[in-house]
Amino acid sequence: MLYKIAGQFKTSYRADQGLFPIREDAVLLAGVLLLAWVVLPLTASEFVFQTLMIPVLIYALAAMGLNILTGYAGQLSLGTGAFMGVGAYACYKLITIFPEMNILIAVLTSGLFSAMVGVVFGIPSLRIKGFYLAIATLAAQFFLIWLFEKWAWLYNYNASGAIQVPNIDFLGVAVAGPLATSTAQYYFILGVVTLITLIVINLTRGNQGRIWKATRDMDIAAELIGINLMRAKLTAFAVSSYIVGVAGALFVFLWRGAAEPNLFDIELSFRVLFIAIIGGLGSILGNYLGAILIVALPVVLNVVPEALGLEIKSATVEHINIMIVGSLIIFFLIIEPHGLARLWQLIREKLILWPFPH
Amino acid sequence: MELLSNIFITPFVDMVAAPDFLLQVIWEGLVSGVLYALIALGFVLIFRSSRIFNFAQGIMVVFAALTLVGLHEAGVPAWAALALTLVVMFVLAVGIERIVLRPLVGQPDIILFMATIGITLFLVGSGELIFGGENKVMITEELGIPTDSWVLEPWGGFLLLEQQDVTAVFGAVVLVITLLAFLNYTRMGRAVRALGDDHQAALSVGISLQTIWVLVWFVAGIIALAAGIVWGARAGVSFALEVIAFKALPVLMLGGLESITGAIVGGLAIGVLEKLFEIYWGQPLLGGNTETWFAYVLALVVLLFRPQGLFGEKIIERV
Repeated sequence: MLYKIAGQFKTSYRADQGLFPIREDAVLLAGVLLLAWVVLPLTASEFVFQTLMIPVLIYALAAMGLNILTGYAGQLSLGTGAFMGVGAYACYKLITIFPEMNILIAVLTSGLFSAMVGVVFGIPSLRIKGFYLAIATLAAQFFLIWLFEKWAWLYNYNASGAIQVPNIDFLGVAVAGPLATSTAQYYFILGVVTLITLIVINLTRGNQGRIWKATRDMDIAAELIGINLMRAKLTAFAVSSYIVGVAGALFVFLWRGAAEPNLFDIELSFRVLFIAIIGGLGSILGNYLGAILIVALPVVLNVVPEALGLEIKSATVEHINIMIVGSLIIFFLIIEPHGLARLWQLIREKLILWPFPH
Repeated sequence: MELLSNIFITPFVDMVAAPDFLLQVIWEGLVSGVLYALIALGFVLIFRSSRIFNFAQGIMVVFAALTLVGLHEAGVPAWAALALTLVVMFVLAVGIERIVLRPLVGQPDIILFMATIGITLFLVGSGELIFGGENKVMITEELGIPTDSWVLEPWGGFLLLEQQDVTAVFGAVVLVITLLAFLNYTRMGRAVRALGDDHQAALSVGISLQTIWVLVWFVAGIIALAAGIVWGARAGVSFALEVIAFKALPVLMLGGLESITGAIVGGLAIGVLEKLFEIYWGQPLLGGNTETWFAYVLALVVLLFRPQGLFGEKIIERV
């Protein structure tokens, strides 16, 4: 009833293959976009911007990059954090070498550098598969972090070894650095994320997406039907690392404001992987659902004891939080191994049939 | 030219000039190699019998060592604490099998891998909650491990062997031999291997999946305890120990995910080679601290030529 597919006739193949075969999906998406672009920014406080909305968008973008590689092309990667670092450092060098450069162009260009690094570390995927490849991507993780520490040119020979974001304007509004307001940063990030999401949705629906899925499901069979495996895997690494790199640049420039090499350590890689898996591999929506869960969980867990008036030491709260996050990951994997996106699909099917049981 | 000579000539000249120092470096490498091999063994056991890539192995090392030290601090005598720790590891194995693995039987590898990361987080949180996050001292003397050191003088030089390291190497050898004997000559051990070869065939001849999984995780827990005692004696017991799990992963890559021989050979090779590289190439040429990535790059290069590792089962793919 709520989701009425009866009566929505398709008279052409084109209409059937459209982005929104069912009108209700389009309405729902419009509602979500309205919420993200208008309602939330008008009502959110500084705290909500900085601890919830901005990180959700950035983590969702990073997870989307990883999802292309792992969920669509089937190549497990544990080096996401380091590729985010490549994007961030590339953006920093671009901004300091060309101070006049537009920040949007700098962010979008820095992804190209991490795409190049991604392709280099993706070359072993042509021979190595499964968990062996996952461990091989850890080589990228540890080597790149080491490089960020030792190669002083990357951080302009700072004494601190950290990169500091200067004040940057975009269209006359400060978006990065100490002067920027959260609202401006949020809109900038939201614009980039919306744009990339749109591109990714269409990329994964099209020819390239099908090539990736065939490679994921069985690469030898894919090769037999004429797919160039080398090109398929390396484009997956390139596109994935590009998006992850852009996410990394946004991560440092529009959210953290400063970064040390160990910000991009393996914890970050795992957090992004959690988001992709809990959200659902091979799904775009899942990245957002996963990011909301993983970002909001610690915030909620911190607020709850205070709200209940319990006096607990902050260190204890943190330990309990780690425990709860760990248990919830296991819990979600057990109730729905295919992720939150699959959960939404089940709900949607129920809504289509409602009020009838089946 | 100078760079080339720094890479290809100077290090070897240094090695020949100070053979006692070279021996010391190799010995240090061997000792950490034994440790890597122990952790990798835990991985291999679980991977062989269940195809689960157990990321939690590293944290089990910390958890076992923390439990041991924590119990002793609470006033339990050292040997009783050791026995109690084994009981805790057994309970942990049963719990993991019951709560986490049983509902996830048959899921894709990556889901199970993620679940073990969930276990890792849970153990980190509960370990810090119960025992506190600060660095503790391993109860080496209470367990009867000698802490003196021997000084040898090969070629009139100087070579220092810590007795606890010698004990560790000796203990590890005993542990590995026991393990191999168990796997090869007992009913239970053969069942573990059968399960590793073919799940369905093993089930159909009456081998219980659940029992074997508990057993395997318990054995992995024992190995973790041994590794925890060894490493804790050298570096203290804290969650910083967790990083050694990342050292064991390239060992697996190098040796092959299914091979016990591979874990041992790979562990020793990586232990020695990364020390040599760090001392003779890393510190003079690359600014040091190369140990974080050297093992991975080495394993990656080997893998390019042998995609299943040195001793892994040959990967046969059919469409």
